[in-house]
Amino acid sequence: MKHILQQVFRSGKFVTGFSIFMAIILIVVFYPMIITDAPLSIIGQGTFFPPGIYVSVYDSLSSTTYILNLDDATTKRITNKLNDEDRVSIKEWLVAAGIPESEIDTTDTQKLLDQWFTNYDSQKNVPGMTNAKRNYYVRLNTALKSLLSPEAAAVMQVNPLNNELEQIGTINQTDYVNVGEVANIRILPLGTDNFGRDVLTELVSATRVSLQIGFVAGIIATLIGLTLGLLAGYIGGFVDDIITFITNLFIVIPPFVLLILISFSIGQEQRGAFTIAVVIGFTSWVWTARAVRSQVISLRNRDHVNLSKLSGHSIVHIILNDILPYILSYVIMAFILQISSGILAEAGLSILGLGPRTTDVPTLGLMMNWAMIYQAHILGNWWAYMPVLVTIALITFSMNLMNTGMDQIFNPALRD
Amino acid sequence: MLKGYLKYFLNKLGWFALTFVFAFLLNFILPRLMPGDPVAAIVSRFAQGMSNTSGVQAIYEQYTELFGTNKPMTEQFFIYLKNVARGDFGFSFSQYPRTVADVIKSSIWWTIALQFPAIIVGWLIGNTLGALAAYLKGGFDKVLMPISLFVSNFPTFGMAVIFMVVFGVNLKWFPTSGGYGFDLIPNFSWNFIQSVIVHYQLPFWSIVVIAIGGQAIGMRSMSIYELNADYVKYSRFMGIKDRKIVGYVFRNAMLPQVTGLALSIGTMVGGALVAEIVFSYPGLGTTLLRAVLGQDYPLISAVTLIITVMALFANFIIEILYGFIDPRIKATQSD
Repeated sequence: MKHILQQVFRSGKFVTGFSIFMAIILIVVFYPMIITDAPLSIIGQGTFFPPGIYVSVYDSLSSTTYILNLDDATTKRITNKLNDEDRVSIKEWLVAAGIPESEIDTTDTQKLLDQWFTNYDSQKNVPGMTNAKRNYYVRLNTALKSLLSPEAAAVMQVNPLNNELEQIGTINQTDYVNVGEVANIRILPLGTDNFGRDVLTELVSATRVSLQIGFVAGIIATLIGLTLGLLAGYIGGFVDDIITFITNLFIVIPPFVLLILISFSIGQEQRGAFTIAVVIGFTSWVWTARAVRSQVISLRNRDHVNLSKLSGHSIVHIILNDILPYILSYVIMAFILQISSGILAEAGLSILGLGPRTTDVPTLGLMMNWAMIYQAHILGNWWAYMPVLVTIALITFSMNLMNTGMDQIFNPALRD
Repeated sequence: MLKGYLKYFLNKLGWFALTFVFAFLLNFILPRLMPGDPVAAIVSRFAQGMSNTSGVQAIYEQYTELFGTNKPMTEQFFIYLKNVARGDFGFSFSQYPRTVADVIKSSIWWTIALQFPAIIVGWLIGNTLGALAAYLKGGFDKVLMPISLFVSNFPTFGMAVIFMVVFGVNLKWFPTSGGYGFDLIPNFSWNFIQSVIVHYQLPFWSIVVIAIGGQAIGMRSMSIYELNADYVKYSRFMGIKDRKIVGYVFRNAMLPQVTGLALSIGTMVGGALVAEIVFSYPGLGTTLLRAVLGQDYPLISAVTLIITVMALFANFIIEILYGFIDPRIKATQSD
């Protein structure tokens, strides 16, 4: 046993897969200890906040202000406010005003603004321009001017006694707060999803649930497959006929179709994550059963098994001691594959709307389903679906790497 | 010899007939175990705004009669069996005035035209790449293998989403959803056919790429296994030309891959159905999604039955072909 483990851990592929998998497990275990928020709590009002650091505006107002005189502050401020569409519009106006197109560079903010302020004239009539567009240019001009003006912004508060606005402070363009001194800061490394939940926290929790689903499904499928395969292969005869009959029936019916039918029959209310895992387990044992059976048949008449029979050992004893050790490596590999295909099956079901009910736990499939329903992929909100896909891919990839590594050790013919 | 094949053929046919009966039974029973009354759901939709309770009651009874949900299960089964034999699957609950047969007729060809070519093309490309990797080794193998391994473990819907975001949303090369332009009516004009071809690309290639990965890995290990076999070494000693040996090797490595194709069609179809949903392709996958959302069990049951029949049929064809390709089957049957 020790020797086999040593051999397995010398395989590069296995070790790579194992490390990735362990890293995922460690994150899933330790993340909730550090960040203890409920994974399904809705924190954002609105959908799909982009990833980033969120600083409370209210708390920033009451924090100590520091004055920093930075040269490029204004330019940065304008670059940030002036979006691509505005830049193109400015260019259009300038071209209409008679500036040669080659002299206009929409990426050079400073030069563009200079050209704008020297050439813009709200009275000028550009032929073919609609009133709406003319008003847009007036607004744009005012907005740019106010950004450039050195005047401070006033902070007002309603006085509850006479319902009048009173100025309680001013904010200059050179005022800064130290983020460390602001009371409320929330880092959302992966933003929020369509319900306003923290995607990272939800993702970690979903990964845990999906792994559990995979494990439960894998254990059930492997146990059923192993038991049926051993019975059919070792006992043979009538038992074998019946089991082979059932296996042959199930092997051509697409397992996904069975999954759909069963999950639909269970009904939305009864479908918990655990139920789904059990259903997946009960629909994916066929391969294991078939492979175990054929391996047991080839083992059944080996000398050591016959010797054991002659010594009067019971069937259970023979199976446990003389058969199982020989097929164990295969069973473990099949188990690993069952886990990863279980996770994929859950994801497929959830996308169809037949996954676990949506109210108690997130799963990778449900997160994907929500992202698809709210069109995150079309709106460009990559943080809502990409991390989920990467997680699924990492889990299945790491498991298959482990499997390939083990395969090369147990089947020397496959070694490179 | 022919007698051997006939026996093989009849044996397979018997098995598939039996599997079909079993699948048919499962198909009928499972969705009907669902809690809740689907007829009540429809009636409440139709009767919205009706204050007259006896009117609602009348509608309810009429629909119950129409769908036959008030009869005992066994009687429902025989009615169903009789109707299905005539190609009549009853009315769709969620798209009521349409019949299930009508809904399926309008979506099945999209699925067949999308999935079978995709699976076969993926299988061919995958096997060629796998065989090349085993034969050429070196750099080609080093690059191809990890990519195949990664791709084959990627869920089909994931590949579909990535293809859609990259080629549809960002590059805008292809449309992101539907089977043809939303402003077109299906007909045989050049405009329509062109639109269909453009819409076909993304779902097609996302299914193909996934299939390539899995097949390449399988073919590579089979080929390596065969290339190291004793008969290859022996042939080399005999001085048989390399080209000829390679021919034998790949023929032998191919046989398990053919069985592999037969057995993985079921799994592939499942993945491809979900890919259809991602692209809102007007095939059975999208129909199934709508049926699930509308609690439409006649439609679900018919769609799953059709998918099962398609998978069974594909398997049957492959097994029959396999009987002709593999000489060992001829040998075992003539004993």
